[in-house]
Amino acid sequence: MDFEYFKLTLPQKIIYKLKKFFGNFGGNVKNFFLSKLKKIGAFFLRIWERIKNFGLNFWQGDVLTKASYFLIGLGHVFRGQIVRGIMYMLLEAALILYMVFFGGQYMVMCFENMFGGGNVGRVETSVSDVWNDELGEYVKTEGDNSFLIVLYGILSFLILLFFAYFYFKAVRESYELEQYRIIGKKPIGIKTDAGQFLDGKFHITLLSMPMLGLFMFTVIPLITMILIAFTNYDAGHEVPEHLFQWVGFDNFKQLFSGGSKLGATFWRVLGWTLLWAVLATFTSYFFGMLLAMLINKKGIKFKKFYRTMFVTTIAVPQFVSLLIMSKMLDTGGGILGSGGGIITQIIEQLFGYHLKFGIDITTTRICIVLVNMWVGIPYSMLMCSGILMNIPQDLYESARIDGASPARRFFKITLPYMLFVTGPYLITQFIGNINNFNVIFLLSGGGPGDLMLYTDGAKGTDLLVTWLYKLSLGTDRNYKLASVIGILVFVISAVFSLIVYNRSSSVKGEDNFQ
Amino acid sequence: MSEKDIIMQTELETPVESTAEEVVEEITEPVQEEKVVEPLTDWSKIDEMERQLELSKVTIRKKSRIGMRFRRIFGNTVGQVILTVLSILWVVPLFYLIVQSFRKEPGAWSPTFFPQEWTLDNYKRLFTETEFPRWYGNTLLIAVCSCLITTLFVLAVAYAFSRVKFKARKPIMNVMLILGMFPGFMSMTAVYFLLKILLPDNYQSHLSLIIVYSAGAAMSYYVAKGFFDTVPKSLDEAARIDGASRFRTFFKVILPLSKSIIIYTILISFVAPWCDYIFVSYIMAGVPDIGMYTVSLGMYKWLEREMIQQYFTTFCAAAVIVATPITILFMFLQKYYVQGVTGGAVKG
Repeated sequence: MDFEYFKLTLPQKIIYKLKKFFGNFGGNVKNFFLSKLKKIGAFFLRIWERIKNFGLNFWQGDVLTKASYFLIGLGHVFRGQIVRGIMYMLLEAALILYMVFFGGQYMVMCFENMFGGGNVGRVETSVSDVWNDELGEYVKTEGDNSFLIVLYGILSFLILLFFAYFYFKAVRESYELEQYRIIGKKPIGIKTDAGQFLDGKFHITLLSMPMLGLFMFTVIPLITMILIAFTNYDAGHEVPEHLFQWVGFDNFKQLFSGGSKLGATFWRVLGWTLLWAVLATFTSYFFGMLLAMLINKKGIKFKKFYRTMFVTTIAVPQFVSLLIMSKMLDTGGGILGSGGGIITQIIEQLFGYHLKFGIDITTTRICIVLVNMWVGIPYSMLMCSGILMNIPQDLYESARIDGASPARRFFKITLPYMLFVTGPYLITQFIGNINNFNVIFLLSGGGPGDLMLYTDGAKGTDLLVTWLYKLSLGTDRNYKLASVIGILVFVISAVFSLIVYNRSSSVKGEDNFQ
Repeated sequence: MSEKDIIMQTELETPVESTAEEVVEEITEPVQEEKVVEPLTDWSKIDEMERQLELSKVTIRKKSRIGMRFRRIFGNTVGQVILTVLSILWVVPLFYLIVQSFRKEPGAWSPTFFPQEWTLDNYKRLFTETEFPRWYGNTLLIAVCSCLITTLFVLAVAYAFSRVKFKARKPIMNVMLILGMFPGFMSMTAVYFLLKILLPDNYQSHLSLIIVYSAGAAMSYYVAKGFFDTVPKSLDEAARIDGASRFRTFFKVILPLSKSIIIYTILISFVAPWCDYIFVSYIMAGVPDIGMYTVSLGMYKWLEREMIQQYFTTFCAAAVIVATPITILFMFLQKYYVQGVTGGAVKG
């Protein structure tokens, strides 16, 4: 930092800091993308190298190697790696069978109209209009199921990618085996090969099952739902009765247009989501830290007892503690003297004020933030306790000797240290709060509604995620919009992570806390 | 040593009796050994240090010792009072839950904190008239199964990422980071269809829930990886030099050292199905037999507008039955939980 800095007045200091932050920020983002671009460039270079070798090996290889390009594993079988070769052959056979009899058609149907904007699928289930002589009544003709077409299409596409990996691997290996024969090296036997899965390739054994689960139940569904954001899948185009269509970016345009009711709703919900995330994260974090400092203070007795008391709220399942809280805050009839939850009644008796939880938006929001503190403070208290003890005590000693007041010690030593160490935790918490379904849904269920603006299921305290839930389970079954919102939540999380990643990576360069 | 001196001692953490000369001796002694190495200019620094120490002593002495002592005691008392009030405030809602479960008067609201008449009927009713025992069994089954699978998956993934530097490691980790930024619920519609395809006859079953809870387990490897990163790599290397395969190293060397992280993972994954509402409510939507529900779904239904007048006290009783074992488990394993939370936070 410049020496000149100390001569500046306070507003000038702030401007200087902001300039420094955003100056760095632009550079950081640029560096980030540049380094990514470089990596992508290197990646394509490697791919080009592979393709070149692929062609070259075909040219240079003997008949067996050339044949292996069409039936992978052929070279292996004739050159000593029989089991491996047979497995490759089976893999290819399985892929061909799968593509011909099942996956291929779906893949074609999924992608054929993608950019033109047409139906997903070809035959729409007709209304009962085909006469069936055997049954003696009109029956439906079964049409295509657009959703399953997208799902299977992506599955097949990924399987194809997966196979491509093995194909290139097998082809490369068969050329290598030919080279082995020429220089007289023995190919690796099946026993050694299989044994590697408990040793050198142990990570494959470890990762296979978890990755399969992730692939089936996270990756494929997620890509499917991302694609749904570009269709018009909703109650009006419910599968399997109807087909839905590709609509490009129409859903995004609708959501962002400020004029429409939907657009206005979206901006309101987005605003509250961000406000909520900031409030929830920082109240819990700071009060949790203060609480941890208080408990860890020298001379305080019964530390363990206090800690246990606070941790109780973590131990009780959230749906129990939050539901009972929401019932304690319940407003009853909504006017003075109409009963309600115990907290409402106590406040009424003490102050003569009827709590409008679930009636008035602002009151509900404040209550939710407060209850979230009740849930969140013990977490940050636990986390901060451990780290607080790690702060070098000599920093405090010397500050005390220099006559620094406790407040000054907190702002100059404790806070910077904590922020430095728990930066990643804060961003995780922030993103967690953007996605905090439980607190909102169990406490207010989305809360009171301003009917003029908040149509389409979103109400006063709905976050983007609870809105997503309501959209996909509501009467409209508005899957397309739910997917768009999911993508936007991702974009928000990614942007915040990127900022912090850049900040912390620039800090990491300094190696340790100053 | 007088009492005041003890206070001073804790304040400065240097013996108060030692005069300035002694302090100088204390400081200079180790320095004299290193005299050859240290440049001579450092002597001036030590002089400076000594002077400051002396100055600070003087300033502290100038402040009234009794004032200091008073402030300290006062501060501690205030702290103690604040903590007591806060900790009571923190458990009051849970205490309210417990006393309400013994309330005899029906209805959702009672005007008093404590019930006017106490009874055990709510518990009796819970186990005889409602489906609660079945819900409890369902949840227990789901929790145990998904906890086993999740723990295995998480430990396997964490170990692989922590120890084996294979080529696809970074890309896979990045992809998982990106996947984790999408709201988990977003993919639910597609998962529902997938379950329908895979289990056409009973896709609204406990098996579906176990699959949903444990299939994504790999994504939460961060804390465990952070732990494995702190286990010295030399242990692995020593085992491998002795001829142990990675498989043996993992099971015989690393896992026995990882008790705390195993317990943490088990605890977290066991509790998750008890608390989850969102996935159950989607998968079990429209199931005719309400006995298939888990506790969270069933109990949530009791608090809906039509049911709450009749079922509120029953809900409280059920909540006590659900929360007690989990809370006890937590209290016993608190140490491991804190280790996990702290470790995970710092590693990010």
